Amino acid sequence: MARFLIKRLGQAVLVILAVGLLSFLMVRTVGDPVQSMVREDATVAERAALRARLGLDDPVPIQFAKYLGRAMQGDFGISYRNQRPVAEMIVERLPATLELVLVATVLALAIGIPLGVITAIRPRGPLANGVQAVSLVGVSTPTFVTGILLILLFAVTLRWLPSFGRGETVELGWWSTGFLTLSGWRALLLPSLTLALFQMTLIMRLVRAEMIEILQSDYIRFARARGLPQHDIHYRLALKNALMPVLTITGMQIGGLIAFAIVTETVFQWPGMGLLFIQAVQFADVPVMAAYLMFVGLVFVALNALVDVTYAVVDPRLRTGGAA
Amino acid sequence: MSAVLSAPPRVGALFLASPKAMISSAVALILILSALCAPWIAPHDPFALGSFSLMDSELPPVWSEGGDPRFLLGTDTQGRDVLSAILYGMRVSLLVGFAAVAISAAVGTLFGLVAGFRGGWLDAVLMRLADVILSFPTILIALLVSGIARGLLPDTRQEDYAVLVLILAIAINEWTQYARTVRGQTLVEASLDYVKAARLSGLGDGRILARHILPNVLSPVIVIATINLALAVLAEATLSFLGVGMPATQPSLGTLIRIGNENLFSGVWWVVVFPALTLVLLVLSVNLFGDWLRDALNPRSE
Amino acid sequence: MRSIHGASETSGLRVRGLTVSYGRRGHAVPAVEAVDVDAAPGEIVAIVGESGAGKTSIGTALLDLVDPPGHWTAREVTLDGETIDYRTTHTRGRDVSVIFQDPQTALNPLFTVESQLVHMVRHHLGLDRGAAKRRAIEMLEEVGIPDAVARVGQYPHQFSGGMRQRVVIALALACRPRLVIADEPTSALDVSIRAQILALIRRLCREKGMACLLITHDMGAVAQISDRAVVMRDGRAVETGPTTRLLSGAQHPYSRALIAAVPPAHRRLPRFAVPDTGAAVTDAELERWLRDRPTAGGDTPLAVDELTKVFRLPGRLFGRGARAVRAVDAVSFALAPGEIFGLVGESGSGKSTLAQIAAGLRWPDAGEARVLGRRFGPTTPKAALRGYRQGLQMVFQDPYSSLNRRMTVLETILEPMADTPRAVGLRLVPALLERVGLPRDVARRHPHAFSGGQRQRIAIARALAGRPRVLICDEPTSALDVSIQAQILNLLKDLRDELGLSMLLITHDLPVVRQMCDRVGVMQSGRLVEMGPTERVFDAPEASYTQMLLTHLPRLPERQPAS
Repeated sequence: MARFLIKRLGQAVLVILAVGLLSFLMVRTVGDPVQSMVREDATVAERAALRARLGLDDPVPIQFAKYLGRAMQGDFGISYRNQRPVAEMIVERLPATLELVLVATVLALAIGIPLGVITAIRPRGPLANGVQAVSLVGVSTPTFVTGILLILLFAVTLRWLPSFGRGETVELGWWSTGFLTLSGWRALLLPSLTLALFQMTLIMRLVRAEMIEILQSDYIRFARARGLPQHDIHYRLALKNALMPVLTITGMQIGGLIAFAIVTETVFQWPGMGLLFIQAVQFADVPVMAAYLMFVGLVFVALNALVDVTYAVVDPRLRTGGAA
Repeated sequence: MSAVLSAPPRVGALFLASPKAMISSAVALILILSALCAPWIAPHDPFALGSFSLMDSELPPVWSEGGDPRFLLGTDTQGRDVLSAILYGMRVSLLVGFAAVAISAAVGTLFGLVAGFRGGWLDAVLMRLADVILSFPTILIALLVSGIARGLLPDTRQEDYAVLVLILAIAINEWTQYARTVRGQTLVEASLDYVKAARLSGLGDGRILARHILPNVLSPVIVIATINLALAVLAEATLSFLGVGMPATQPSLGTLIRIGNENLFSGVWWVVVFPALTLVLLVLSVNLFGDWLRDALNPRSE
Repeated sequence: MRSIHGASETSGLRVRGLTVSYGRRGHAVPAVEAVDVDAAPGEIVAIVGESGAGKTSIGTALLDLVDPPGHWTAREVTLDGETIDYRTTHTRGRDVSVIFQDPQTALNPLFTVESQLVHMVRHHLGLDRGAAKRRAIEMLEEVGIPDAVARVGQYPHQFSGGMRQRVVIALALACRPRLVIADEPTSALDVSIRAQILALIRRLCREKGMACLLITHDMGAVAQISDRAVVMRDGRAVETGPTTRLLSGAQHPYSRALIAAVPPAHRRLPRFAVPDTGAAVTDAELERWLRDRPTAGGDTPLAVDELTKVFRLPGRLFGRGARAVRAVDAVSFALAPGEIFGLVGESGSGKSTLAQIAAGLRWPDAGEARVLGRRFGPTTPKAALRGYRQGLQMVFQDPYSSLNRRMTVLETILEPMADTPRAVGLRLVPALLERVGLPRDVARRHPHAFSGGQRQRIAIARALAGRPRVLICDEPTSALDVSIQAQILNLLKDLRDELGLSMLLITHDLPVVRQMCDRVGVMQSGRLVEMGPTERVFDAPEASYTQMLLTHLPRLPERQPAS
């Protein structure tokens, strides 16, 4: 158990370091920070002074260490494009993305898991066939197409829902939430549904595959042979086994959703981090890209750690030792 | 080698027995062929600036009121024929897709074979690298690659390198899947007794890999390649839609959708809907075929 | 699905005309046809047969668990005179229960033993929580799990294999069924544990007056605990009778052949009395070629000297660090030319690891192996291994994984013949196939066209194609049915006699050793605890471990002439 956690911790540190290195190399090699910060007519001496002040004359490993140190204090430098501190820009955009991802995750789980179970229990039924067909179309439809079609239908043609923005938001300290107003919820509906659809199909297929495999396992056959009721076997026994991998995938997917939100946010002009990032990519605004990468890396590592801990609590094989 | 590449006869029989396989492969094949033949079958040349005029702009599809029989699926804001633009766009989408699949399959299979068979530090390094890449979503890594390329390449050359950057951005993600699967399969195969028997027959590592292991790990590679073609086309479309893929001068399906999306509110729906439907149809048919192929080649069903 | 008429006055199980078919109606394939079975309370009735005989389908049908589109019918299925009613949810588990084969997979890993037992008795018997828990503990005590009060709350993975099978039995018997179906209950277990579990099943059946159907391919288990036996072949019961009578004087030719194929542990047969399918044909060119092998090196075909292999297991991080297990611990022996040397032990004793080191497929950590005078030790470079392995070939346990499924028989057998011109090889392969009892014309086929026994013959042909002087056989017959095992063992013996091969035979099966080997070594936890001539080791074992193994051997009654 301790060994398992330490190993995971080691992997987490490795991922953070790798991401940090990538961010650092990006900032260091892509574009010249001095060039982007000084006036056009700066003298060689002025440039050299700035280089020294920015620590660009230090050996590269030292620069990397300093970069990581600053990042840990929340200092990711200044955006080339907006001339504002990157951290400030990210924090400003954080609530919009997290609220979107939260709602999408809840939607994906709440619809995906029951559909997966039902299609596994009756794999040849009309519902299962229908869901399978829809899910195949679902995985073949890119998120942005789904979003555009939803806008075309609900915003352009029917004019029921807004097609862009967050609606009215309420400030709770530094957090601006759309959960407290009707227009906030109306604005959230289409983007979160768009974002959830892809994950929903994924979760549904996963639950279905796991359930089908587990229902054929020896211990479920043994449970049937002992006359346990069908209902208990499906929902009390097999579902618990099937949900174990779902836990992992969901943890990873929440991280994935944050990144995936880039597309949804672009379609719906949702003022979140994804939109910030895509603008940064378009203008090669490296400090913003690097900071976003670090942020997503951190979220991933944190979520993975959370999944590991949950696993260790839920799975008795990890919680307790091996055979006596 | 011919025995290796020719699928067992039962796959052929299964294919003829499955409407799903036949229809999906027929649709995919028609789409791929029409993209390939775009210069000969497209009614107009969307790149010949002189051939279209603003007079013809925003014409609806031919069956709608005000449609023009010259433009089957209507025209865009500049008067370009939507159908021709789709045919040429699909060409670009498929070029990126096939190239990304070819590169990632070759690299991934090689890495997987070597990692699984050799083990040791090489295995550890390759697999940790794959872990790190896999722990980030495809789209994020692809965006980063494209962002870095934008920073490194001079502004004037960006359009020339757009295709290469896209292929690289997608292949960097996708090799990991082949590498992991092939490595896992190689570990399984290498532990089987027939490999020990081959050693006792005096074969060296290289011949064991080429003669015994490679043929036995190829079927999952073929399945992944098919499904990844669909994924690569989707990834390309997404990047182009986000404005970091193909430029408007060499539009892919994703670029067309992005351009169309900008005019969504003026009611010019056909400029975005038809490229989108083509994209979905292409990806769906490849996915369906891949799905069938996975079941047909599944060793469990043998 | 079923048509059941009438009922009789007998007690216990009475089955008449049981038929099970798989596949859709129209082209249904019968797995069991018109089988009658009776089992009185407290009686153990063995259903024996080889793979494909339909014995497992009988159990599946009596539990009404035949998956559609398969289906079953019977004229009569009664328990204590009443027709078994499969429509109520309480029949399975309360009246009819089952013991599964593999304790590693039969228990849900996410639920405690208590929760699995309690769930079952509450559902079938309607006990309250407290009473159900008391019953759970009682059941664990009954199946011989020490400290049941403490262990009832544990998860399956906290029990060892044998203990887990006891938990499976407790679950099967928790509601006091009147009929229990034991489907190969011991084939996943080691010899010593096997005997204990069989004794437990026998005791519980007697004490509780349960009728038991013991479904098995293992004649030893049949002899040890069953009262009567039904011999199955191709879905039909060919003979039924008291076990002792069947074993000593079966009437039906198939039963007789089946019993004759079982290697007896207590005496040595010159040869198994089984019909050899396709008697070996010799070909002059092949015989010359086979004997024209390099005769370099010393006289000792194979020897190991203080051979040691250590496995490092990942230990607990804050514990004493990595634990090292000596899988092979300073083992020494040498084969004489033309000798068959047996190496026996239970799973995990290190015998297969040793075989692989001797074959030059793994490096030892200390000591050395020698083949025809060539040495192989911890420091031998990889490049030297090809030379070391010359003159040595191997036959493996699993005939499915030992042949490359993508290569034809011809390609497979040609592979070790690299030093022979291809034209000669193409001539020799058909002769080689005939030499091992296969038709000449199968060379162009792929492995999937062959049965397990035929594949093992192909593997032997491939080994011969390397023109070996030493053959290492690692459990060559344990994946095969007993009648096929007898044929393969006969073939190996013939090859030794005719080609003068030396063999190292690795097996867990003591009766096989007795039939095959000139000398035997017994391995326990990596150490060679006893070594000597086979007859001496079996008749007067010196090591206590060997004595223990031998006491667990079932003794089949001596065969008498059929009346």
